[in-house]
Amino acid sequence: MSTLLPTQAGSGRAVPLSGWRRRWPLPRVIGHAIVIAGALLMFAPFYLMMVFATHTNAEILSVPPPLWFGDALRDNLSLLLERLPFFWRNLGWSFYVAGAVTVLNLLLCSLAGHAFALLDFPGRDRLFAVVLATMLLPGFLGMVPTVLTMAWLGWLNEHKALIVPGACGALGIFMMRQYIGSTVPRELVDAARLDGCGEFGIFWRIVLPLTLPALGTLGLITFIGSWNNFMGPLVVIRDMDLYTVPLALRALQGSGQTPWGALCAGAAVAVLPLLLLFVVASRRLIDGLTAGAVK
Amino acid sequence: MTRRLTWPHRWRMPRRWMPYLFISPFFVLFAAFGLFPLLFSIVLSLHNWDASAGLGAMQWAGLDNYVYALTRDDGLRASLFNTLWLALAGCVPQHLVALPLAYYLHTAFRRWRNGVVGLYFLPFITSTVAVSLVFSALFSKDFGAINAALRGLHELPLLGALFPSAPIDWDQAENTRWMIAIVVFWRYVGWNTVLYLSAIQTLPRDLFEAARVDGVSERQTFLHIVLPQLRPMIFFAVTLAIIGSLQLFEEPFILTSGTGGSGQAGKTVAMHLYTVAFTDGDFGTASAIAWLLFLLIAAATWLNNRLLGRQR
Repeated sequence: MSTLLPTQAGSGRAVPLSGWRRRWPLPRVIGHAIVIAGALLMFAPFYLMMVFATHTNAEILSVPPPLWFGDALRDNLSLLLERLPFFWRNLGWSFYVAGAVTVLNLLLCSLAGHAFALLDFPGRDRLFAVVLATMLLPGFLGMVPTVLTMAWLGWLNEHKALIVPGACGALGIFMMRQYIGSTVPRELVDAARLDGCGEFGIFWRIVLPLTLPALGTLGLITFIGSWNNFMGPLVVIRDMDLYTVPLALRALQGSGQTPWGALCAGAAVAVLPLLLLFVVASRRLIDGLTAGAVK
Repeated sequence: MTRRLTWPHRWRMPRRWMPYLFISPFFVLFAAFGLFPLLFSIVLSLHNWDASAGLGAMQWAGLDNYVYALTRDDGLRASLFNTLWLALAGCVPQHLVALPLAYYLHTAFRRWRNGVVGLYFLPFITSTVAVSLVFSALFSKDFGAINAALRGLHELPLLGALFPSAPIDWDQAENTRWMIAIVVFWRYVGWNTVLYLSAIQTLPRDLFEAARVDGVSERQTFLHIVLPQLRPMIFFAVTLAIIGSLQLFEEPFILTSGTGGSGQAGKTVAMHLYTVAFTDGDFGTASAIAWLLFLLIAAATWLNNRLLGRQR
């Protein structure tokens, strides 16, 4: 690669390549072109989704399909609301469920992480191993019996059936234990204990403020996971006015001509909050999601 | 000073109980919504049961549900084939692309790296349902953007012969699985790239320096120096891919409108399980299928562990 230049100079073949040619040899230009074209292809479905959201069905079904924004966004939204009269309410439910799951996870996972990282108690390591092992259980195993459990509890068609079971995830406990164990100084915790501060006081006043970055990452991951959850609501929620956004969008399928423009407008509404979160915090999100893997 | 912060003494729990109080939410929730359903699902799989008739109508069936699922359930056999096909066609290319891509991003990109990685990663975090619906518009035979793009590529001078001349009918049985595999590839290739990139970034710099000083070519460095070092991460990423792809549900479910597509060519085991349980109402067989699928995942993970996991 280009950095072989010092050797070239040493061997007396100092060919003064211009800076541009030195930094961009042909293989590298081709490599960059392929990688960047791939990245644009990755983004293309999102782009077309936003473009189609602004076109009528007739325009979308023309050949070639439109590649630039049109002016039918308002029509598509009203068509969407015609097909899904409760769409804004569905959006509200999505925010409500994802928000509640996130707040509960932040609190409960960091409490458990605090105990596993900072406290000594009989059975600690074994209990932590149990927490980790539960992550290996695939979701579909519980699909049938969870519905029956919810039916017995009388929670069918209620959002707490989505919130309570997901209120304290194993991944969150793992993340918080790692972070608390590596950042909270033991001397600080011991000093607070000597001063007579209760364990919950230590958690609330010392540990939580020190773990804000990890809480931010965990919050993002949890919110996105809950926002995108489809199988949970699919088997538990029955009434259209109680649907979350993924369920509502799925209801657009079938029954005659699919309103593609309205569908893309709805999909854009479901995806845009995540796109915004991602633009603001992509680095933190990626680091958080891979942190467990690298260790 | 801290006196102020503490609760009155008699309200306080003995200190040795606090850890258990702190971790209790997880275990209570897991017992109620994790462990209990699992045990109940074992019981269900051993019974014949018409759910509408109440708990008393459960009839002991022994292993009948398992035998039925394995020998006479054609839907399970077909969906198992589809699932394994999709696992191979969706996952193998992902890793073959993600590994060199991560290496190239590490060595050749500096300032733009985060942005490019972000674009590849984006599909992973967005709603599967929303993007699968968008894809079902893009894959339409006569009007879809993908067929339009292929047609455009076919008209290129030299490379054109590589691309199909007639529009592809993605709803036909033999194409449905490819459509799903493409979406699965699109969704997870960035995730794997990020995993491999983060593993490459933990490798010591000297490794790359030494290779360069010795005049080892980029390709050789990748094949003989970086790849062996990445073995633990490849093992981890492949394990995740196996577990994830054998329970594939949302992408095929949306792309085939929940039907499995023509000839059921896009129906996975998890979709079959869903149909048996909630369309046919046969909870016993559905539970048996769930446990059979679990065994399959466990076996595949074990095999992967034997092949890739061992440090030699």
